Amino acid sequence: MKENSFANSEFMDFVYSVHENMVKNDIMLIYEGEVNQDITKTFTTLTQKNLEESEANLPIKKRVYHVMVECLQNIGKHSDNAESGLPEIPGTGIFMVSKSTEGYYVITGNPVANSRIDEIAEMIETVNKMDKDEIKAYYKKKILESRISEKGGAGLGFIDIVKKTGNKIDFHFQKINDIASFFVMKTYIN
Amino acid sequence: MDALIIEATDETPKVVLDPGNNIFEFSGKSLPEDVTTFYGPVLDWLDAYSESPNSKTVVKFNLVYFNTASSKLILDILFKLEEFYDEGHDISVEWHYQEEDEDMEEAGEEYADLVEMPLELKSYE
Repeated sequence: MKENSFANSEFMDFVYSVHENMVKNDIMLIYEGEVNQDITKTFTTLTQKNLEESEANLPIKKRVYHVMVECLQNIGKHSDNAESGLPEIPGTGIFMVSKSTEGYYVITGNPVANSRIDEIAEMIETVNKMDKDEIKAYYKKKILESRISEKGGAGLGFIDIVKKTGNKIDFHFQKINDIASFFVMKTYIN
Repeated sequence: MDALIIEATDETPKVVLDPGNNIFEFSGKSLPEDVTTFYGPVLDWLDAYSESPNSKTVVKFNLVYFNTASSKLILDILFKLEEFYDEGHDISVEWHYQEEDEDMEEAGEEYADLVEMPLELKSYE
């Protein structure tokens, strides 16, 4: 009984510290788990409501919404299983939206097969290097070439995020094991 | 020809393709999980409509939001409309956007660059 109550109080402390940290870091939303279309719709609707009450201007609100949809649909379509490295449909991952004084962060994390790291990093680095005009031209070229994949994506997500936000995508791969890594990406909207 | 009317949902736009009333309009949001399934019937309908279109067709896009996969399908629709235009039909596109929404305005400008047919941008307050 004593152990239980200790564990319980530790857990209560944990809940409080989560709460405190979320408030301190202005985290509007945090989620870990399966990301499917219903989750995407729920979070985007919820955030849209929260944003409507905020003082941010319309393009910023819409960009936050936009980046959220692209990021959530990326996890849903492209997350791999951490043990097998095989595609998981629907994918799982972590998803966070936080507020800063000037704007908003959308942060996602999900396992990807190590074999895909180079391809993902190259896609992001390519667009991160471009200035506004280059990215507009690149977007036009890519939308013409694009074919909807089996997973239902157009391959335009990263390009569009950088084009709309005007900010680079921060990303990192944390090795989980020989098969998969945890892919974290952070986008700033201001 | 029968009209194609699809009511809006949280993730798909309202589609009205109604030659009888001469209304052709896409409005609302578009972020379906599977864009091909949603837009397939729209593209098929447009193919059939091209056999005997109205003397004048104005297609209105009045979208508030679309994801990147939808952006590709919107381009596919515009390319189909461009084909009718190339065949000599009187067809044009109106791209409506909220005045403050600079991204939606930019999207309209980009489509206007990508397709060679009359495409007019119209802002509302």
